[in-house]
Amino acid sequence: MLSEADIGAIWLTFRLATTVTILLLILGTPLALWLAKTRSIIKGPVSALVALPLVLPPTVLGFYLLVFMGPSGPMGKFTEALGLGTLPFTFWGLVFASLLYSLPFVVQPIQNAIEAQGERHAEVAATLRASPWDTFWHVTLPLAKPGILTAAVLGFAHTVGEFGVVLMIGGNIPGETRVVSVQIYDHVEALEYTQAHWLSAAMIGFSFAVLLLLYLLQHRKSSRGLRYGI
Amino acid sequence: MEYKPTSGHGIQGHFYLPRSGGHAPFALDVQLDIPGRGVTGIFGPSGCGKTTLLRCIAGLQPCENGSLAVNGETWQSSGNKRNSLPVHRRPLGFVFQQPSLFPHLSAGENLEFARKRARQKVSDDEYREITELMGITRLLSQQPEALSGGEQQRVAIARALLIKPRLLLMDEPLASLDQMRKREILPYLEKLHRSLEIPILYVSHSVEEVARLADHLLLMDEGKIVNEGPATALLSRADFPVQLGDDLGVLLEAQIAQQDSQWSLLSASFDGGSLWLRDTGEQVGDSIRVRVLARDISLTREEDMQSSILNRLPVQVEEICPDRDPAMMLIRLKPQSASAAASDANVSRLIARITRRSVHQLSLEIGTTLWAQIKSVAIVR
Amino acid sequence: MHMRFHGLRQYLLGYGHSLKTRGVALLTSLTAALAATTVVADEVTIAVASNFTAPMQAIAARYEASSNHKIRLAFGSSGKIYAQIRHGAPFDAFFSADKEKPAHLINQGLAEKDSRITYAEGKLVLWSTHSDLVDDSGAILKTTRFNILALANPKLAPYGAAAQQVLQNIRLDADTRSRWVQGENISQTYQFVASGNADLGFVALSQVMRDGEIVEGSAWIVPQSLYSPIQQDAVILKRAADKPALAEFWAFIQGPEARAIMAAYGYSAAQGKHSHAE
Repeated sequence: MLSEADIGAIWLTFRLATTVTILLLILGTPLALWLAKTRSIIKGPVSALVALPLVLPPTVLGFYLLVFMGPSGPMGKFTEALGLGTLPFTFWGLVFASLLYSLPFVVQPIQNAIEAQGERHAEVAATLRASPWDTFWHVTLPLAKPGILTAAVLGFAHTVGEFGVVLMIGGNIPGETRVVSVQIYDHVEALEYTQAHWLSAAMIGFSFAVLLLLYLLQHRKSSRGLRYGI
Repeated sequence: MEYKPTSGHGIQGHFYLPRSGGHAPFALDVQLDIPGRGVTGIFGPSGCGKTTLLRCIAGLQPCENGSLAVNGETWQSSGNKRNSLPVHRRPLGFVFQQPSLFPHLSAGENLEFARKRARQKVSDDEYREITELMGITRLLSQQPEALSGGEQQRVAIARALLIKPRLLLMDEPLASLDQMRKREILPYLEKLHRSLEIPILYVSHSVEEVARLADHLLLMDEGKIVNEGPATALLSRADFPVQLGDDLGVLLEAQIAQQDSQWSLLSASFDGGSLWLRDTGEQVGDSIRVRVLARDISLTREEDMQSSILNRLPVQVEEICPDRDPAMMLIRLKPQSASAAASDANVSRLIARITRRSVHQLSLEIGTTLWAQIKSVAIVR
Repeated sequence: MHMRFHGLRQYLLGYGHSLKTRGVALLTSLTAALAATTVVADEVTIAVASNFTAPMQAIAARYEASSNHKIRLAFGSSGKIYAQIRHGAPFDAFFSADKEKPAHLINQGLAEKDSRITYAEGKLVLWSTHSDLVDDSGAILKTTRFNILALANPKLAPYGAAAQQVLQNIRLDADTRSRWVQGENISQTYQFVASGNADLGFVALSQVMRDGEIVEGSAWIVPQSLYSPIQQDAVILKRAADKPALAEFWAFIQGPEARAIMAAYGYSAAQGKHSHAE
């Protein structure tokens, strides 16, 4: 059934997806808020940039990241100057890449949830003497909760499922960058179809359980009267 | 626009918004000077700028050329010392047209949201008083979606009051409600009017609401104030500047004079005579405000004793105006029955709306004496 | 009304007639043209392991220039192509990066046993983009002057297996293992090195050689004695056994023109037809 290497890959994948999801919610929420509220002329270009990973084939994105984070790329020069070395073939390299390619899956549901609220709730809060910051924490964010939950589900699922980018910058190092999707690929390429089936089944089962849990949570929320999000 | 120092009482302000922005077909240009107490109705047809004016006062609509002072406090000034308090720093309560409770909080939590951010501490007694005034004490554990539109609006009003505002702004708070809910909520607004010290600005396009609630009236059209004054006087003019059509009528301040328990009727006297009303529980001596619509008055040369209509008053034609409808005329009538003060120019007038053909057939002229038959009288307060 | 209708009908009939006449003439000439081409031209689809992309494109172009047949090329990893063929992919022939997959296909009755050839033999090179890092005996591998050594996954890629064999033979397998990063195939391994993310790596000579020269950086062409030959086999699939174009191409790929192209790309001459005993 599952080898030790397979289980290691599952654990690594879980760690990666969780880290990426948390970071994406922290970084993506302010970005989504800004995109939902701004009338700036750079809203268009920024939206396009955020959505770009949807269009680019993952291996292309992975290749650019390899160059960008490499010793002669701008990011690589920066991380080396900080004494961190270069990011490819490391866990944090995967985290960084995953942040980029899962960004639209997190930003867009939150942005939609905030846009769907309209101006009214924020205006009401202002007439109740709530400052903009107060309004963000106590009105905008709680109202966007279903969208944020959706964003977390999509961000997590997409990070678990991503393969092309990881393949390009991972280097297949056990416990560091050898995630489940790469492990399955290796099994298939090595014609070890039985192991590939087992691992795929485990991955599908695991992802299904996580997604089901989150959707159940969301359903419970939405039955309390919030119907924003996707 | 230059900023005028305020007198310390009332609400003075000036707002100018150019017609840019695409949505407004005209500029908003309003000079305000209204009483610092009671209900001021802002009345006018849909799209005349009423709501925009209210949003300017609240600060929700930025207005660069604007100034505002409320009972001596400057909220916004223009000119050299241009300054404007942001919405959340203006001590005002705002009741929106749509029920606007936060859907993620229960009714009680909505009230707590306001209470926590109140201008001064809200004591438990004050809290109880406000929830009782609005009749919502038993609704507090409910989620907004479980409440009717009227209940939601009452919670929203209580919420606006809980921040202890210096000014209450209400933007057509009944417009989204059906007739039943309106009737349900109007008594609460009247109670509010009686028990509140602070000025209320009440935007509406309904004569009924304005007639019931407003002490003072601003009439708006195309972004400007076209007339203003005490509500009763303004609503009783035949040349009412805003076209009311079927809603045209007069408001009369009256007092209950006697009760007829056999026929379940009340007699109310006003300065031009007395009227029979259905007994709706008022006590002898109570002050009421009644509304007589122009379309509910018919005119006869002789007193018609055979009629089913109870209220017949002797009147004299004072003015004949054309109506918006070319088939109709408006007749301004001065009641004759008032004994001693019959010549007083301040006696309340009635307005009848009849066909032009009837004017011709009865050969009505200024000074003609007639009988006015009043089909119905509504107590509005 | 009636007259007009009659006239319209006449007109339509007349028009239809003339169309028919013209159509027949057109059809006749078309059929003739088609018959002429079907006799001569044949189109075949060949699946090729990605490492052989560049030489195969050059070879196919040269072949098409001297033949009426058309060749469609599909590139991919050998493992993927193999899985696709097993599940009915419409390829006529398969140029693998190894010997095993064509052998499997023969055993499964999907490929023609007699068609199997070793078309090329790959050479392994230790390569770096730094011009002074790799010496001509591979001594750098004994030092700590590098942090990351790239090789293809030994489990999946023949070049990876060969690289591992080299390291085992010079007894550096264990010492360097913590510094390995693995590409899933040889072209990814090349990208790791080319982008500078890996200091050096074992790649295919064909990737860094153009016209018999190493393109850039420094390299050690690993002696053939340190690893077993990286033989690349090709087979014709059962579904295309009787396509004459393939027989012609099979002869071409083993001919001098094709071999010259392969040599320029760093592949050594193939052994030719397999003995069935192997």
